[in-house]
Amino acid sequence: MNDTTAIRHIGQPLRRREDFKFLAGKGRYVDDVRLPGMLHMAVLRSPHAHAKIRSVDLSAAKVAPGVRLVLSGKALVGKIGPIAPNWVIPGSKVPFRPVVATDCVRFVGECVALVVAETLAEAYDAVGMIEVEYDVLPAVIDEEVAIREGAPQLHDNAPDNITTIYKVRGGDYQNAAREADHVIGLRVVNNRLIPTCMETRAIVASPEPDGTLTVYIGSQVPHMHRRWIAETVGIPEHQLRVVAPDIGGGFGAKMHLYPEDLLCPYLARELDAPVKWWESRSESHQSTSHGRAHTENIEVAFRNDGKILGLKVETLGNVGAYLSNMASGGPTVNTINFGTGTYKIDNYEAISRVVVTNTVPVDAYRGYGRPEGAYIAERAIDAVARYLKLDQVEVRRKNFVQPAEFPYRPYGSMGVMYDSGNYQGLLDKALAAFDYDGRRSECEALRGSGIYRGIGVAAYTHMCGMAPSRRLAMSGFDRGGWESARVSIDSSGRATIYSGSMSQGQGHITSLSQIAADVLQIPIEDIDIVQGDTRQVQAGHGTFNSRSMAVGGSSVHVSSQRIVAKAKKIAAGMLEVDEKDVSYSAGAFSVPGTDVAPVTFPKVARMAYVGHKLPDGVAPGLDETVFYDPTGMGAPSGIHLAYVEVDPETGIVDILDYVAVDDVGTLINPRLAAGQIHGGVVQGIAQALYEEVSYDPDNGQLLTGSLLDYAVPRAEHVPNIRSHFQETPSPTNPIGVKGIGESGSIAAPPCMVHAVLDALSPFGIKHLDMPLTPPRVWAAIQQARTGASR
Amino acid sequence: MPEPDNRHVVTVEINGARKTVAVEARRLLVHLIREDLGLTGTHVGCDTSQCGACTVEIDGQAIKSCTVLAVMADGASITTIEGLTDTGAELSPVQAAFHEHHALQCGFCTPGMVMSVRQLLRDQPNPSEHDIRHGLAGNICRCTGYHNIVRAVESLASKGYQS
Amino acid sequence: MIPAAFDYVRASSLAQAIDLLRDDPDGTKLLAGGHTLLPALKLRLASPELLIDIGGIAELKGIEISETGIRIGALTTHAELFASEPLHGELPIFRQAASLIADPQVRNRGTIGGSLANADPAADWPAVVVALQAEIEIVGPNGHRSVAARDFFTDIFSTVLEPDEILVSVHIPRPRTGMHFIYRKIRHPASGFAVVAIAVGVRLQGGAVDQISIGVTGAANHAFTGQHASDFLLGKTLSRDNIDKAATLLSETTECLSDRYASAEYRANLIRVETRRALLALSS
Repeated sequence: MNDTTAIRHIGQPLRRREDFKFLAGKGRYVDDVRLPGMLHMAVLRSPHAHAKIRSVDLSAAKVAPGVRLVLSGKALVGKIGPIAPNWVIPGSKVPFRPVVATDCVRFVGECVALVVAETLAEAYDAVGMIEVEYDVLPAVIDEEVAIREGAPQLHDNAPDNITTIYKVRGGDYQNAAREADHVIGLRVVNNRLIPTCMETRAIVASPEPDGTLTVYIGSQVPHMHRRWIAETVGIPEHQLRVVAPDIGGGFGAKMHLYPEDLLCPYLARELDAPVKWWESRSESHQSTSHGRAHTENIEVAFRNDGKILGLKVETLGNVGAYLSNMASGGPTVNTINFGTGTYKIDNYEAISRVVVTNTVPVDAYRGYGRPEGAYIAERAIDAVARYLKLDQVEVRRKNFVQPAEFPYRPYGSMGVMYDSGNYQGLLDKALAAFDYDGRRSECEALRGSGIYRGIGVAAYTHMCGMAPSRRLAMSGFDRGGWESARVSIDSSGRATIYSGSMSQGQGHITSLSQIAADVLQIPIEDIDIVQGDTRQVQAGHGTFNSRSMAVGGSSVHVSSQRIVAKAKKIAAGMLEVDEKDVSYSAGAFSVPGTDVAPVTFPKVARMAYVGHKLPDGVAPGLDETVFYDPTGMGAPSGIHLAYVEVDPETGIVDILDYVAVDDVGTLINPRLAAGQIHGGVVQGIAQALYEEVSYDPDNGQLLTGSLLDYAVPRAEHVPNIRSHFQETPSPTNPIGVKGIGESGSIAAPPCMVHAVLDALSPFGIKHLDMPLTPPRVWAAIQQARTGASR
Repeated sequence: MPEPDNRHVVTVEINGARKTVAVEARRLLVHLIREDLGLTGTHVGCDTSQCGACTVEIDGQAIKSCTVLAVMADGASITTIEGLTDTGAELSPVQAAFHEHHALQCGFCTPGMVMSVRQLLRDQPNPSEHDIRHGLAGNICRCTGYHNIVRAVESLASKGYQS
Repeated sequence: MIPAAFDYVRASSLAQAIDLLRDDPDGTKLLAGGHTLLPALKLRLASPELLIDIGGIAELKGIEISETGIRIGALTTHAELFASEPLHGELPIFRQAASLIADPQVRNRGTIGGSLANADPAADWPAVVVALQAEIEIVGPNGHRSVAARDFFTDIFSTVLEPDEILVSVHIPRPRTGMHFIYRKIRHPASGFAVVAIAVGVRLQGGAVDQISIGVTGAANHAFTGQHASDFLLGKTLSRDNIDKAATLLSETTECLSDRYASAEYRANLIRVETRRALLALSS
């Protein structure tokens, strides 16, 4: 018999189940972990961007009050490390990265020595007593400068500072350029950002009486951290327990392997005591991975009517001093694979070079590569519209992939497939919500009176939940694409779900419960979710790449289905009917069309555990584990529109309105989904208008060393975000979801830049690089006014 | 250099309870609260008084406890996030509005944000959206984009919230 | 995040504080609201041996309004300056400027005396006290002295204060009837400090400028008075043309700072734009 979903939770805007503890101040983050006898580590960091270490004098620090251990990098040689990347694009040259520098430092902030003391204050005091002599070397911070002849070289095995070259090709760009009416070029910079989770990184490693080691770490990927720490420190993986408690934001920054992640476990074992490290904010600016940091040279070939015939891209991805965890994959696969965006551009040619510089390592940050890819497509099509003086919306409409073309492989790609979508539908919905025509007239009317308003448009698509596993091998990604879920029903019929996903604020406790409740048909209050403990959760990959609902959610769905399937067998036995005659709905197993009294889910659960009356071949227990490996990836898409006003005298950009229409497949919880869009869009607006890491080009000093200089937006810097959705279910997974976490930060940067460029079009300004700070906008206007602009 | 064991006795009333602790002069109030008194709901998110995660009330005023020495708070009455749900069961109105409007995600900035909202609504019982956004200038949230925090404050104001 | 160790004394009187300061002026720092000093100590940019907490000294507190003028004690917080109704009645510029300083929590602790003595080139109160033609009262081992606000600031983070002196209060002459002040500020998005801010006071008599005073902060090494522009406008009407000329004059006669965020040219432009906007507002 068919089962029916009598109580439907998917699609309901439920309020979060996890809120209470956070609101009451009872969240438990790593810095809240306090253990008896716990020691504190502090790190001495390089003040130079590039230097030889001549000597390290630890003598004064060793005798400072409370100090238990002081080490420089030399003491760790052969004991732990090196730090190896987890995603290595084939052909990459991987520079050697020690946990603590031994002979050479390559960025301001690199670990040079460490202190373990009884209090954090004592550890800081002793760090100040370590004397290091350096021979300062020339430094290079810019990716374009780093590949020039004569530039300072960072690593012997990476000539010209290039670790990776990756190419994508489809059709015949050269031919398209010949046939085109116009070919224009543009160079765009994707500014370097600091992810800025409000909770900085922290780690506590604690030796247990049984010889195992427990590591508390704010990790998006607890099982991956278990593997990496085990392999790099030399601990049997099964004797290492990684616990990720509540996490104060991740955004990609908490899924890499950092020196401190290895030092605390190593030192805890050496000292046989818990060792804690907590990162201060200013320290974080130079010790936690940065994001973006690309330069792209783009050429676009198009016809007079705005149809794009070909696109050519050259990417330089600055990855900082070493290849961090995923660093060779971001500027390559994640960026240029997606360079054609939502548009049907059959002739595409792209090359990406991954470049090392004397800067903090750059790695995944919300969107990782897809914001850069979307920026290529969007800046190119906007430039085409501007060049031809065509409406920015109509040019997009003309070039969109059509609904009937899905599943769609752009430029004949083997690696990229957009599973489903309806870009025209998104656009129509967005234009209506925004009142595009009205606003367009308003802009024109106000220009006469010296008021400069502009409308920005951006479309995006990308792929979430890298999978299936066997495909990941080709790109050198040393992990799988699956996620695991164990649904364990207790003898009262309540569920505990052990999920390999890892919430950092997304609200998985609520959303995964909704997915499970629809299948299990039990009250949501009867479902508990366990994440973030490798001793409890069987296996997992964690949360990144907007994968948790599509892959983690699907694994919960499938394992819940298996629970129901087995329960139905047991119920059939209890009801003394054939299994195929049993129907499950609203928590009861019944035999429709008969007067057989239904049996409830709790009663079946009790039977599963007492085992008194189980059908032949059915084992006791009601407990199912699934490793769900998707067949493909979901491709969310969206159209965002922004309305801005620029004060030409000060360069200040005022955001008057922002509309986001996103298609992320089936919505599990619209309230939480909108929250993801709000936050992502604001991070994208931050990139477009406010945030930029600055280095002194001469000596590689980090100039945005604290939140006094690095402008993370406050409430007064951003507008309300009007979020709408269109639901085109993904055919790649059983619940039809695609992924949402990264959408906002992908769409908002080009959308904002286009809005400002539109506002400034009367000045003839065609290009600006992010962030569009008031001084930068004003300078562009001045330049245009004095005719210096080309 | 001063002797590290040159300690100062600090007495505070925290969430209604009187506590006396001996601390170094350099002890920050936020560390007194978190480490000495074990109230870890107050967080440290920066070191330059920008983020507001450490916001608590001293004598009824919202302040950044990372930028006050523990010794300076001697004799003060302090309210932390834990003091708003003393019974442990019921959320206070500001907390309930945050839940209702999904004004929190990772929860790290939330305690400081809640304390700032209390101050904001004391100062301006009927704030405009601009007033709300300007009034929260001392708190950074990286998750919510502030949208739903503003909604939560608006709903409190419309219901005539009084702290 | 944790300062280097120091000793701490809570001074009960100005005399005690000065005595302690004299013992070791270089190794001692005064602590009021702490909102400039403590971040610097936490980042270990400074490591004094002794902090003298002057927060309990009565002579440094309070806002007094008399026939002759207004006295603001050094310990008065930004929030108190915002909230004071009597002060608002006399000089609304205090509420206007206070609302643009940092954020509510910082305003609850930070003090006007601390802001002035620290002399951050982008702090707000320096421009205000310069425009208000205030006198800064200082006490030291040799007793009290008074310095005009316009002469108080000498360079980046530098004032005429000697290492053993304490800023006691700000004295503002009672504004003449008809004198109106306005404060305009462009905030740095991260720090909240002024990229440029302008305090302008004007009294119009028979359509012409009878009295004018301009204070500028954020633009140069320290807050300064826009004397050329004031001289130019004195006796003239606030016509669009005169305003433009005065704003340009102020902009062109300022040696502006340049930093990563804003060029000298941009700051010069902001002086011109914000001065013009301030004067336009005051002209109506």
